Amino acid sequence: MANVSSLNTAAAGFDAVSAEVAGPRGRKPRKILSRRNIILYGLLGLAALYYLLPLYVMVVTSMKGMPEIRLGNIFSPPVEITFEPWVKAWATACTGLNCDGLSRGFWNSVRILLPSVVVSIAVASVSGYALANWRFKGADLFFSILIVGAFIPYQVMIYPIVILLRELGVYGTLTGLVIVHTIFGMPILTLLFRNYFTSLPEELFKAARIDGAGFWQIYFRIMLPMALPIFVVAMILQVTGIWNDFLFGVVFTRPDSYPMTVQLNNIVNSVQGVKEYNVNMAATLLTGAVPLIVYFISGRLFVRGIAAGAVKG
Amino acid sequence: MATSVSIRDLSLSFGSVTVLKDLNLDIRDGEFLVLLGSSGCGKSTLLNCIAGLLEPTDGQIFIKDRNVTWEEPKDRGIGMVFQSYALYPQMTVEKNLSFGLRVAKVPQAEIDKRVARAAEILQIGPLLKRKPAELSGGQRQRVAIGRALVRDVDVFLFDEPLSNLDAKLRSELRVEIKRLHQQLKNTMIYVTHDQIEALTLADRIAIMKSGVIQQLDDPIVIYNRPKNLFVAGFIGSPSMNFLRGEIALSGDRPVFTTHGVSFALDAYDASEPLAPSRKVVLGLRPEHVMIDSDVNSPELHEAVVDIEEPMGADNLLWLNHAGHTMSVRIGGARRYAPGARVRMSFDMGLASLFDAETEDRI
Repeated sequence: MANVSSLNTAAAGFDAVSAEVAGPRGRKPRKILSRRNIILYGLLGLAALYYLLPLYVMVVTSMKGMPEIRLGNIFSPPVEITFEPWVKAWATACTGLNCDGLSRGFWNSVRILLPSVVVSIAVASVSGYALANWRFKGADLFFSILIVGAFIPYQVMIYPIVILLRELGVYGTLTGLVIVHTIFGMPILTLLFRNYFTSLPEELFKAARIDGAGFWQIYFRIMLPMALPIFVVAMILQVTGIWNDFLFGVVFTRPDSYPMTVQLNNIVNSVQGVKEYNVNMAATLLTGAVPLIVYFISGRLFVRGIAAGAVKG
Repeated sequence: MATSVSIRDLSLSFGSVTVLKDLNLDIRDGEFLVLLGSSGCGKSTLLNCIAGLLEPTDGQIFIKDRNVTWEEPKDRGIGMVFQSYALYPQMTVEKNLSFGLRVAKVPQAEIDKRVARAAEILQIGPLLKRKPAELSGGQRQRVAIGRALVRDVDVFLFDEPLSNLDAKLRSELRVEIKRLHQQLKNTMIYVTHDQIEALTLADRIAIMKSGVIQQLDDPIVIYNRPKNLFVAGFIGSPSMNFLRGEIALSGDRPVFTTHGVSFALDAYDASEPLAPSRKVVLGLRPEHVMIDSDVNSPELHEAVVDIEEPMGADNLLWLNHAGHTMSVRIGGARRYAPGARVRMSFDMGLASLFDAETEDRI
């Protein structure tokens, strides 16, 4: 910004001298404090503030003690910073009979997340690749069904799935929930991968076939290395989607195996005792941390992936 | 000569759309055959059928007298070069070249030998460690050709390989492909919509229109004796002049008359008798129209210069003659101003006459 403005003043000075000689020349000087810029950046700043304020309130509240919170100044920074509420939220807050805090829910969520993400992405990428490149009989019908599947509201299917899981003997277990997440992620992920593989030049696939590569060889040696960006997108989608899921977690598991979101709800909404706002805020921030971290890490990877994949033809 | 590729009654339709219709084609061993046609004529489809990338609806394909109609692409002994190069972006040039061999589990020593040979032929040795993104268009296409080369195939298939390159590079690589063919003597089938590529490269050209081969001949025969109106109009730039008229008799000699003027047909080599009052189309290439000092017949026709297009070596004139426009190619040194009047005659020995109804050559 500073460079640009100094350039502009230099250009303006030059203009003043040479105006009578040659008229305007070179880059047109631009005003930084124009009305357009003030309105634009003013509005952007306001919007940012609007979204950041609740986060700010949560962070400061989570670091206050209860007496300080009762004073009611929710915007004021903590007088005495304490991490007690964070420790309590993680390790000792009670939900029902368990008093080991959110840690139990965290590890449950991790154990749900990892297999669901890995299996659903592995299966969906292969089906997307098959749909895009290997025109099998009924592929179009299969694809239409998939699209419909991607848009059916989840609530419709809850009861049938409960029965299904019961018959399979996995109702109420983490395995059951993993199966549900894997299957529900499939339509949208397959769609994603299919569209991505369709966008790759078809001639690459043809060339690989002429070179004698089969279904799996083309997938692993040609397609997979080119698909890093879409794998990152799929991972972000799945990690945030499954981590933030509440409905399936509460329906398909029992208290011992509740995921973090359900446990968070039980801590925050417990009706007995004093409302510990600081613990609630800390617990909420802890639960939200995972998707946030995934965004920050993979967001950078994502950009790099796109740049690395920017090979024409 | 032995045939290398034979296509028997090949048909292909997608649903109700017929792309290829009962197509028959014999390609000689070591021949450079060009499939030429405008987009959508089925030439690329035919090439994909030969490669095994598309399944024909009916018919058979033989390569080296072996029926390969149901064979996988890799078992057909073909290599293919694509318009978009289709290099694997994540692999180095060397890995790109050797991919097919590695898939086929060829011993490493043999792979190295073949890659080195291909790199030498195509002069891409210094590029072997680079990725496709670090290559120019011409270099990429060379690597793509090399990929077919290392696999030691019987038949090379080219699918518009030069269309993505700029004009200068295109003519350079054209010469290189021709040299490659002279050196390797493989059968090559080359799809293009560029008639210059077709005329310069081909031993024979097959001109296609809506899934049917219109004419299969030496380039010079196609140029000078087109079989029908479509071929005549498709080949040549600027395209052939067409005059609609009919046959008449002047004394006992046949003449071509149009708009009240007539041209003697004595020099024309007709394949059937020229019956009077038959409706015909006379086709004349721009270089077969004579003006002023070139005129070699006693008949006198006058035309007016409408537009002059100097092109360096040649000079192209657009003449107005009896109400229709004719293009004439003359030497670049002969200049005419618009509005100039010229004497004009036709070189009937090199003209083409077509029946106005069937559009076939007479």
